[in-house]
Amino acid sequence: MSAVSQHKVVDSRGSFCPGPITDLFKAYRSSQIGDVIELLATDPAAKADVTAWAQRSGNELLDIIDEQGYIRIIVKITKKRS
Amino acid sequence: MLIILSKGTMDMVYPALMIATTGATMGKEVHMFFTFWGLSAVDKKKVGSLKVAPVGNPGMPMPNILGMIPGMTAMATRMMNGRMAKAKVPSVPEMFKMAKDLGVQLHACSTTMEVMGIPKETLIDEIDDVVGAATMLSLGEGGQIIFI
Repeated sequence: MSAVSQHKVVDSRGSFCPGPITDLFKAYRSSQIGDVIELLATDPAAKADVTAWAQRSGNELLDIIDEQGYIRIIVKITKKRS
Repeated sequence: MLIILSKGTMDMVYPALMIATTGATMGKEVHMFFTFWGLSAVDKKKVGSLKVAPVGNPGMPMPNILGMIPGMTAMATRMMNGRMAKAKVPSVPEMFKMAKDLGVQLHACSTTMEVMGIPKETLIDEIDDVVGAATMLSLGEGGQIIFI
């Protein structure tokens, strides 16, 4: 196992489909198993889209938190595609 | 997943690219096949200036007949570009770069190129190859096929 797991914040606020998912994916590509990515989004589709993405890619959706005017979606990287 | 793009207007090309890039982030093998007017989307000279036409598009917020007035297509295109930029949607050339970076494979239709007299050199560098329908169908076999 490599270094300590990281917590990254990806700010996609103001961006709409496919923005949040592609932003999340870019962070995912440069992350290690065990890392946590926190995606900030204003696109109402992001909740369902990230849920579908996590399911499909085998990663873990930890939490979706409604903030004032945006949402925070927390994903734990549990699977990396080669 | 296979997306067949047969149209070259902005309102057709954007959805195709959005589906392609999203599919790639979800771990799908994604192919795009450009045929007929879809080849305009990957023409070096046109890719940066695709238009949206109000004529024949009753979804536009204006009486259809006004679309025939010179300048209306340019106006509708400007409006759409403005809205896209506001939603932080990248430009079409940027979307192609992103798609390529995510592993989407781009195929041009050989028959269309012959019929319309389009040499391969006029297509954007992101195009992987020039193929026929049999290759395209075998690439899409067993996956989702989307025709636009």
